[in-house]
Amino acid sequence: MPWRIEVRYRHGVYDAEAHSKAGEMREVGVKVERLEIIWVYRMDGSMGLEDADRIARELLADSVTQEYRLGRDAPELWETPEGALSVEVAYNPGVTDPAEESIKKAIGDMGIHVEAVRTAKRYILWGISEEDVDLLADGVLANPLIQHLVVGGEALRPPEEPWKFERAEVPIREASDEELMKISKERLLSLSLEEMRVIQEHFRRKGREPTDVELETLAQTWSEHCVHKTFKGRIIYEGRKIDDLLRNTIMKATEELSKPWCLSVFVDNAGVIAFDEEWAVCFKVETHNHPSALEPYGGAGTGIGGVIRDVLGTGLGAKPILNTDVFCFGPLDLPREKLPKGTLHPRQIFRGVVAGVRDYGNRMGIPTVNGAVCFDEGFTFNPLVYCGTVGIMPRDKVKKAVRPGDLIVLVGGRTGRDGIHGATFSSDALSEGIPGGVVQIGNPITEKKLTDVLLKARDRGLYRAITDCGGGGLSSAAGEMGKEVGILVDLDRVPLKYEGLSYTEIWISEAQERMLLAVPPENLDELLELFSREDVEATVIGKFTGDGRLRLRYRGEPVADLDMNFLHGGLPLPERKAEWTPPTYPEPDFPPQKDLTDALIGVLSRPNVCSKEWIIRQYDHEVQGGSVLKPLVGAENDGPGDAAVVRPIPSSKKGIAVANGICPKFGVIDPYWMAASAVDEALRQIVAVGGNLEHTALLDNFCWGTPEDPRQLGGLVRAALACYDFAKFYGTPFISGKDSLNNDYLLDGRRVSIPPTLLISALSVVEDVGRVVSMDLKRPGDLVYIVGTTYRELGGSEYWRLMGHLGNSVPKVRPEGREVLRAISRAISEGLLRACHDLSDGGLGVASAEMAFSGGLGLRLDLRNVPREGVDRDDEILFSESNSRFLVEVAPEQGGELERLLWGVPFALIGEVTDDDEFVVLGLEGEEVVRTSIRTLKEAWQAPLREV
Amino acid sequence: MRVRVLVLRTAGTNCDLETAYAFGKAGAEAELVHINELVRKEKDLAEYQVLVIPGGFTYGDDISAGRILANELRYKLSDRLLRFVEEGKLIIGICNGFQVLIKAGFLPALKGLGKAQEVTLGWNDSGRFEDRWVYLKVEPGSRCVFTDGLEELLYMPVAHAEGKFIAPREAIKSIEGNAQVVLRYVNPSGELSGYPWNPNGSLGNIAGICDPTGRIFGLMPHPERHVDGFQHPRWTREGLREEGDGMGIFRNAVRYVKENL
Repeated sequence: MPWRIEVRYRHGVYDAEAHSKAGEMREVGVKVERLEIIWVYRMDGSMGLEDADRIARELLADSVTQEYRLGRDAPELWETPEGALSVEVAYNPGVTDPAEESIKKAIGDMGIHVEAVRTAKRYILWGISEEDVDLLADGVLANPLIQHLVVGGEALRPPEEPWKFERAEVPIREASDEELMKISKERLLSLSLEEMRVIQEHFRRKGREPTDVELETLAQTWSEHCVHKTFKGRIIYEGRKIDDLLRNTIMKATEELSKPWCLSVFVDNAGVIAFDEEWAVCFKVETHNHPSALEPYGGAGTGIGGVIRDVLGTGLGAKPILNTDVFCFGPLDLPREKLPKGTLHPRQIFRGVVAGVRDYGNRMGIPTVNGAVCFDEGFTFNPLVYCGTVGIMPRDKVKKAVRPGDLIVLVGGRTGRDGIHGATFSSDALSEGIPGGVVQIGNPITEKKLTDVLLKARDRGLYRAITDCGGGGLSSAAGEMGKEVGILVDLDRVPLKYEGLSYTEIWISEAQERMLLAVPPENLDELLELFSREDVEATVIGKFTGDGRLRLRYRGEPVADLDMNFLHGGLPLPERKAEWTPPTYPEPDFPPQKDLTDALIGVLSRPNVCSKEWIIRQYDHEVQGGSVLKPLVGAENDGPGDAAVVRPIPSSKKGIAVANGICPKFGVIDPYWMAASAVDEALRQIVAVGGNLEHTALLDNFCWGTPEDPRQLGGLVRAALACYDFAKFYGTPFISGKDSLNNDYLLDGRRVSIPPTLLISALSVVEDVGRVVSMDLKRPGDLVYIVGTTYRELGGSEYWRLMGHLGNSVPKVRPEGREVLRAISRAISEGLLRACHDLSDGGLGVASAEMAFSGGLGLRLDLRNVPREGVDRDDEILFSESNSRFLVEVAPEQGGELERLLWGVPFALIGEVTDDDEFVVLGLEGEEVVRTSIRTLKEAWQAPLREV
Repeated sequence: MRVRVLVLRTAGTNCDLETAYAFGKAGAEAELVHINELVRKEKDLAEYQVLVIPGGFTYGDDISAGRILANELRYKLSDRLLRFVEEGKLIIGICNGFQVLIKAGFLPALKGLGKAQEVTLGWNDSGRFEDRWVYLKVEPGSRCVFTDGLEELLYMPVAHAEGKFIAPREAIKSIEGNAQVVLRYVNPSGELSGYPWNPNGSLGNIAGICDPTGRIFGLMPHPERHVDGFQHPRWTREGLREEGDGMGIFRNAVRYVKENL
């Protein structure tokens, strides 16, 4: 009989968690009067009272602040008080309880044996009814996809029964088209009819039916998630045939630029560039959108966990040195009535995603140094969660190759029923009826242990190749690794979290924190010994054969035998139509205001512009000790830094700069210029801190609606063409990328797609971190110059949106842009600039205000000199979002030198730093159009997201 | 003489490398040692003069921060640790290491070493993890050897969710009375102040304490994250300094070992 232990805070101890939970409840309209949290532990094992009591006293309860009770087989130990409700929340069977492993370890350290440990939380709620609990059951107290909740009873359930082996075939040879599609739908394969037909034909020729696991393997390998068939297929666009869009745009730019420092591009889990003679750095950004929509905390956490493993699985493994995260959410003030049942509110998603990234990244000991957040109603049903990681590795560890005879060794976490069908599911639209089990829960400490020991094994040269288990699980990792040689895997050897998994589930489970190694047999003993010393599991599950087949066995019996050529070459690539007709929105026509102070305050308060300090502080941005430019800069450590700069080798002056460009707000108008602007934005930020275009690489990350819709696909083609054009233009090659299509939601049978969104991430090697510059104004009396031309480009801008308009005139990138960026790099490398900030959301108005209040200094600007074309209104000069522009601060005595250096690019002296807190802008007529204090501006910028 | 520092690692440790770097910079030989190597006696604690429990999230902070490693130290290494302290050697716990030392009863150790947990580090009042730079005032008259003779005001970051110092009335009286308070959170003028200067709501603004001998020291802020000038959040406006405020703590440890052991 299991022991149950309950732990709670003693009377009078402040419970911050209960406090914030109560706030979340009020948000959904449940006015809880009082809330108390009790932690519940269930321990299965034969221990007696004395041992159970010792566990509770020494381990589970804090002797200073908490008290406990224990009992055997008792549902509730503290009685629910009169007038209160008790609600207990536990993980569903089959979902990883992250605390279980460490608690078992601790009990073992005490010399006590325990079979299993499960945890739950019990909420004692005053002043609410059982109907209120329904409102809380879906997102506030529990997420039904992974948890269940019991009112007035015990939520913890006994472990599962073992699975009984049964080899299953799926008859498809005689199936009609209709039956084929039924099989694809019911088994969540997300295979099209054409693909099902090719599989049918293949097995007809073989003269047998496929087994269930063969069909699953094909579905995983052929999923959009794993193979990116839209980008690789044929697209008919404006009468021309494009075969393999990726190769013809993004990869083509890299090939043509042919930079010697590109060490590995588009072939591995991440792109790799040279750092110095000895070291290389790699960078990968991924999305985890569907899982984050359903279970924000777990989805975002496993998103960051997954991209970290990409870096660990690049070459022979890189050490992660920084993370970057970019999110797109629906409006935080969206009225709840606008949400269909079962959809989480953007505020819940926001909080969950931030917490998920925080808890995974922080626990991994990787600093999160840079990021961005965009808000748009179009992301309400489909939030976007981009997670990126940079790693560093010795240059001789960049390449890998499997050899026949190598053993397949699975290392890291155990396999459970988490994330079944994640890859195929993400290749489809979201709707109300979501299958359970598609969501994974991460355990960062398992991944941290794995990281530590893997890097040791790498340095000892114990394995020949490595890859991570991500979407598609083992099926895609092993299938990909053994593509050239063939594999034989014994699925019953895979260590499981619990009994009850079928061989198919083992093969496609997306359980986290697992990697596959190719280990030469002679190194096996040393490798296993090394892993066991650090308590990380490593298990031989098969071998690389050399027969070009994918063979699976379960307890000796064959369950799959597929030809690698068919698996990787049999997919019929789709041919899709793409079209593009530019949308036209009404052109705004409103009279200019004389005083633009309120407009400036309004733009600074917009969600896309305002301070994200609440998020940034929750991320450890300085662990590993390498941060040189932090995400928060300025006199009070709270200004918005541009690119982050990190110094990975403490003894070296070299650093890396990382930045992101993302502007979905232009995507709804024209994806071509959105893409161009994203490239420009990412590069501007790199250049603004002192990076240069000569040693900067890019990543692309497309998030789009369904490619089945020719208009969506047309936009995608335009964005890809822009990627080619502007990578070439700036001389910055793409080294890796990813796409997440099908970001749609089926709402009452209608398909709602996200705004077309392209994230461009940039990675740059900075020669001397001693030269980098931050964006805060530094000294009264300094001169302020604008560099770059301002055009009448307010389509999609923050200012026009504030005024209730969208418009059409999105910012373009012009030939002068490259010269502007180069000039800024040069000025910084010559030590001329005291501060530098790029102009982006909110244009000159926002950039100048941010520089002033971050530096705690006043600023006096004059718009009359601003280099401009086709724009003659103060508000338009102040808020146009034209690309390739910077605002720089320079000491008066160096103004002349700067002007000489800027010769040939558009620039003008437009202001002076003042020794007060006044922020003043003179308009074209010479009169004041803005007058306020930097305190007011800062407050407007900080207030909106101070607490979420 | 060689000063040997053991930087203890286990699942979830993550500030080990920069801590070893800081000790190296201070002239010590710092070595990363996994706890299993000590438990299995492959490494001998007695060969080192300083033990560091660095920052991180050991065992995921499951149950509560530092709890599981504290439990492991008590059950697996207690004798060796007691001998280490008896020999006059030094122990420092930073952030997660401070949480471990408190929960294992090595700090404040009012009623003897490793006997029972006497105080705790609870959840920040804000209810969440926060990374921010803090000003610390070295308590005048503190008996801690790590902060001996340091400048009065130190600047370094905290990065934690569970750092609020909580102590029962009797315990806090003894800690204050025995001069065991080492560091307090203050504002830039050096005065005791509320959030965000006191980032977690700690009782008495306490950021670090020592044991009655002054040779066991625990603190929530991260001195190893401010050993180089580039780590200062405002070096681009205030100028690059030779080294960071955290160095003094590591140098003191090395000097103490050289002079006394």
